[in-house]
Amino acid sequence: MMEPAYATRNSQLAIRNSQFSLPQRVRILDIQTDNYRTKTFVLDASLDAYPGQFVMAWLPRFDEKPFSLVNADPVTLMITAVGPFSRLMHAKQPGDFVWLRGPFGMGYGVEGAGKRLALVGGGYGVAPLHWLARTQLGVAASVTAVIGARTGEDILYAERFAGLSSVAAVVTTEDGSRGIHGRVTDALAPLLERGEIDAICACGPHGMLAALEKLGQAHGVETQLSWEAYMRCGIGICGACEFEGKVLCMDGPVLGTTWQA
Amino acid sequence: MSILQTPFLNHILPTPLVLASGIWGTTVSLLVRAASTGAGAVTAKSCGPVPRAGHVNPSCVAWEHGLINAIGLANPGADEEVGLLRQAQAELAPLGVPLIASIFAGTAAEFGDVARIVAEARPDYIEVNISCPNVSSEFGEPFAANPQSAAEVTGFVAEAVAPFAIPVIVKLAPNVPSIGRIARAVVEAGADALCAVNTMPGLLIDPESGQTILANRSGGLSGPALKPIALKAVYDARRACPEIPIIGTGGVSTGQDAIEMLMAGATAVGVGSAIYYRGGDTLSLIRDEMLAWMEAHNVPSPDEIRGLSHRETLYTSNPTGAPIPHAH
Ligand SMILES: Cc1cc2nc3c(=O)[nH]c(=O)nc-3n(C[C@H](O)[C@H](O)[C@H](O)COP(=O)(O)OP(=O)(O)OC[C@H]3O[C@@H](n4cnc5c(N)ncnc54)[C@H](O)[C@@H]3O)c2cc1C
Ligand SMILES: Cc1cc2nc3c(=O)[nH]c(=O)nc-3n(C[C@H](O)[C@H](O)[C@H](O)COP(=O)(O)O)c2cc1C
Ligand code: FES
Repeated sequence: MMEPAYATRNSQLAIRNSQFSLPQRVRILDIQTDNYRTKTFVLDASLDAYPGQFVMAWLPRFDEKPFSLVNADPVTLMITAVGPFSRLMHAKQPGDFVWLRGPFGMGYGVEGAGKRLALVGGGYGVAPLHWLARTQLGVAASVTAVIGARTGEDILYAERFAGLSSVAAVVTTEDGSRGIHGRVTDALAPLLERGEIDAICACGPHGMLAALEKLGQAHGVETQLSWEAYMRCGIGICGACEFEGKVLCMDGPVLGTTWQA
Repeated sequence: MSILQTPFLNHILPTPLVLASGIWGTTVSLLVRAASTGAGAVTAKSCGPVPRAGHVNPSCVAWEHGLINAIGLANPGADEEVGLLRQAQAELAPLGVPLIASIFAGTAAEFGDVARIVAEARPDYIEVNISCPNVSSEFGEPFAANPQSAAEVTGFVAEAVAPFAIPVIVKLAPNVPSIGRIARAVVEAGADALCAVNTMPGLLIDPESGQTILANRSGGLSGPALKPIALKAVYDARRACPEIPIIGTGGVSTGQDAIEMLMAGATAVGVGSAIYYRGGDTLSLIRDEMLAWMEAHNVPSPDEIRGLSHRETLYTSNPTGAPIPHAH
């Protein structure tokens, strides 16, 4: 029998359950150096999450900041040292602790098999994309990764993508020091023009995402773009992360269209 | 067929649901989103005399029975806020959803100054936040803590906005010995309506670090844990002020919660933290559940059940639909 709409509080409060709603202390198992200012942290925890979701990482008596999940089992974060929080993370050693709550938000909604996907990462935006690529192996018809940065030194995870046998990885740099001289859009446009891409999944600076959105529209290709904003609550209520009428921590960070199967 | 239209001072709200201050109210687009998905009125984030960055993170987390926050009144300052309120007012008017501006300040006189600035935007109402528990290190004990200070602030605001004829709502704190006395004091000082309640002070400890989880150390509890506290506050305020419109706020997450709040004596029902529990469609879910409850109980409008818990009668309905009050 259908329950009346007003009947049970418990059924109505089908809580958007985050496995760590309060910060949980987790041990750092391994730290890998990715480039001159970026490290990948492998943590002693696992979460039920999917690519594009994020966690809030807390260092007590310091600050709490959002980071994309690079992997959920084991939980892995990639952190570029740009300011106080990320520098303090870089000072950590294996065996030290960080506190996490999450996973939060809506990640990439890749539905249906047989898509020809372009995964586009600008700078540290590659963080969620390697995991997305792995989940699409044998599902998507093809996966092309376009990894862009200002200089060759800033390129992240190119080797990891190259390690995925069926993924075509393209590198672009604005100074031409590695890969194609130009921006990710320069590498992507010819593929779109040849009709070789069904959908674009991207993460990176807002300017890059805006350019990809236009490119996707122009070619009638669906886009799934991960936007960034300053976050406080991470749970959709405080309004700090508003972007075009959405709260990115709850409605995003990935905004776009979900593909029909 | 039941209806949700709710007379509130000089307006008829399309639904009794009011977006609570500090939830989503940071931008025009989010206020409009709330208004177009079930809110009958929307409250902007509280603004003060000068811009504030707010407290360091963690500033809001979910715990077992509710949320705790110490956002610390992050806001762009009253001068900036006027622009946001003007635009919000323009976009909300076609929806028939009134805009409530919310203000705070460090002194009673300063409340009047902020009210005067904000009034320039002609919001439909000005809510006076005398009850934020999260800024005591700067502002001392909340003005809502006792009848004298609460009335003093109300007096300054009422005087400041009198030339604009904007009704004043005073937002009360739950952690007082007698909310009824404070409610009466602010009404006598010129409040046109009340909002009860703000968050309840609390603190969480992370045992692994031995530290408080909120960077501000303490914060305000909201969500399900607050509901019985809010129901009592509304019940007491209603007893103290039988004729004054009250926005009953605290822990309302479902249509049934909202019905209970009306029965405690609320005129309209504030909704905030529920958006965490139920997502972006929360307001429309609660609205639809209220209607479903009312239709199943043959309640034609919120007026029918408002303040019911104060009456010496049970409420039930006969099979033909007409409500029958039963004596004890
Ligand atoms: C959903 C989401 C996911 C995120 N995922 C990641 C991630 O996977 N890896 C990551 O390193 N950061 C990520 N960030 C950014 C991260 O939350 C912090 O902003 C970053 O670590 C800077 O914090 P800070 O205190 O060290 O420096 P701040 O003082 O806050 O920042 C210093 C300056 O660097 C700029 N900046 C911030 N982040 C970066 C960056 N990564 N590269 C270049 N400039 C930057 C800021 O705009 C600021 O001007 C994410 C943010 C969001 C909202
Ligand atoms: C993140 C957050 C921010 C808030 N900010 C304000 C504020 O700026 N001004 C205010 O009067 N109340 C503020 N409140 C209190 C709410 O308006 C409301 O009174 C309280 O949360 C109880 O309602 P709820 O249980 O439905 O959330 C805030 C609450 C939360 C959770
Ligand atoms: S950080 Fe997204 S709403 Fe609070």
